[in-house]
Amino acid sequence: MPPQTLYEKIWDAHVVHEEPGQPSLLYIDRHLIHEGTSPQAFTGLKAAGRAVRRPDLTFAVMDHSVPTKNRHLPILDDTARLQFEALARNCRETGVRLFDMHSRNQGIVHIIGPELGITQPGQTIVCGDSHTSTHGAFGTLAFGIGTSEVEHVLATQCLVQFKSKTLLVRVEGKRPQGVTAKDVILAIIGKIGVAGGAGHVLEYAGATIRALSMEGRMTVCNMSIEAGARAGMVAPDETTFAYLEGRPFVPRGKDFQVAVDYWKSLAADPGAKYDRVVELRADALAPMVTWGTNPGMVTDVTGAVPDPNSFSDPVDRQAAARALEYMGLKPGTKLVDIPLDRVFIGSCTNSRIEDLRAAARVVAGKKVAKSLKQALVVPGSRVVKAQAEKEGLDKVFTAAGFEWRDAGCSMCIGMNDDVLPAGERCASTSNRNFEGRQGKGGRTHLVSPIMAAAAALEGHFVDIRRWDVDGAE
Amino acid sequence: MHPFTKHAGVVAALDRVNVDTDQMIPKQFCKLLTREGYGRLLFYDWRYLDGEKPNPDFPLNRPRYRGASVLLTRANFACGSSREHAVWGVLDYGFRVVIAPSFGDIFYNNCFKNGVLPVALADAEVDELFRRAEREGYRLSVDLEKQTVADDGGLRFEFQIDPARKESLLKGLDEIGLSLQHANEITAYEKKRQPRAEMHDPAGVDLTAATPR
Repeated sequence: MPPQTLYEKIWDAHVVHEEPGQPSLLYIDRHLIHEGTSPQAFTGLKAAGRAVRRPDLTFAVMDHSVPTKNRHLPILDDTARLQFEALARNCRETGVRLFDMHSRNQGIVHIIGPELGITQPGQTIVCGDSHTSTHGAFGTLAFGIGTSEVEHVLATQCLVQFKSKTLLVRVEGKRPQGVTAKDVILAIIGKIGVAGGAGHVLEYAGATIRALSMEGRMTVCNMSIEAGARAGMVAPDETTFAYLEGRPFVPRGKDFQVAVDYWKSLAADPGAKYDRVVELRADALAPMVTWGTNPGMVTDVTGAVPDPNSFSDPVDRQAAARALEYMGLKPGTKLVDIPLDRVFIGSCTNSRIEDLRAAARVVAGKKVAKSLKQALVVPGSRVVKAQAEKEGLDKVFTAAGFEWRDAGCSMCIGMNDDVLPAGERCASTSNRNFEGRQGKGGRTHLVSPIMAAAAALEGHFVDIRRWDVDGAE
Repeated sequence: MHPFTKHAGVVAALDRVNVDTDQMIPKQFCKLLTREGYGRLLFYDWRYLDGEKPNPDFPLNRPRYRGASVLLTRANFACGSSREHAVWGVLDYGFRVVIAPSFGDIFYNNCFKNGVLPVALADAEVDELFRRAEREGYRLSVDLEKQTVADDGGLRFEFQIDPARKESLLKGLDEIGLSLQHANEITAYEKKRQPRAEMHDPAGVDLTAATPR
């Protein structure tokens, strides 16, 4: 057999049925569902008289629309309440395990999967959410699916899949202080473009990726979809195994060793061929800030808002002009001169414990700028929240003037009350700066947690490298 | 699912690149529990001013595009969020065909589950269609069997589509039903699956005892 990539190994291990010229029927090891994209799937399933094939491999959580404060009070948003009721009913009727908004394990679906050890190397994982790519950090083939596919997985525990092309993203060099995993992935997207990974599964490799913690790798894989790739992955290694050992759903004792032996076999074989290879130097990177309305519209913090006329392609030129109009920015404005209204630290990209620790190190003993209307910290899960509180991070944030909230997707998507008002500008650790993403008319700049924390203190972007803080991931 | 064989209709041109699914169906409408009724909500923030007054500056609101059923747009259309609501909106609005140089992967896939045909053409071909679509009442005929897009002015472009996707759309196949025909193979796979999946029975993990209400 020719040398195989990580993707090809996982693919081959999950083929249930294949025929020449046809897509394959692929087995799905873990199916994660949430209130946003599952109700229609259950309705369809019921209408067709079909059952959930493997409720034991299906995990449900409430995250997208949950309130991040006063969760003990009744839900006033009727549409959200109906979503929660539908998910609870569907799980009850089919025997699917549900982490509802009062569970101590509740959190953003892509935070709790790894945290509970539901996510493991070599698995296939799907979820009706495009940031399912996050789980690829464990050497897992994980990708977002539509609601019709959610229904398909519920009914069959399989998906009909076409094989993707492979793109190796090799990142070498030591990250300078203040340059985080978020900056690495924003730089990758800036380099290959928001459609640069379309049709491909990305595999991240190289010394820079190896040196990242699991949290950092998750941040990188999370944003694969922002480069157009449904999935991104990192081969599992000792960092992965150390993270997983002892987590609730991970095998224990002798079984853990058996699992590790298998997981070690997943790395790409020497000489494995990729359809494309992209290389990046991390030691040349600086903290990144987006200026436009997609994550590819990004530059480093020492830069300025570009002039749309500097784009050679007329379609890009028009898109840049539209983006600047929406963002209320003028060409040539230095990024550090852009004043902010709000700061959001959270989302499946950057709300893990390491993110909060790093942001807290920046904030400790300082105050949020008076010009800021709101600075929000939303832990990715209740487990992260509890850990942060144990370490006193909540006190660090609230003493500085941040609000400390309960876990959920929150202002990344604004499906609950955490909405960015029209015309306001937000430094956000989330993943999408699309028009209206955080709220209709809201203006989003994507940054790392330490960049967001520093921006909250100053009221505008700053080059965090000058602050001499440990960025961790 | 609705089968798709041929379709002819008025072309609406949306000259924007990297349109994301957040623009197609904004988040507040992703809380609805049905698959129906999203046509009114398609491109909501672009399409309406306050009070749902049509925004005269949004291309799809031009009177000439009334009744359009072919959407012509730019590269990487419908990227971003996996929300199938985006396709439900396209279909319910009345579009049966979307033509662009490229599509977001998840949206492209979702189209085939809903009887919408995404047609990927070369950049130069899409440019030509944009030029022609400036004529009022410009229509295109799309033939999935022959894999062609044509107008009555002699233009004829061929497009590529995976044969399996094509067949599924032509016949309007029930994909879940087809997969369930392999139920025996699924069961056999589950029996022989690699140890990793069985080593730790997830159903056996008890978190509930520690979970407060």
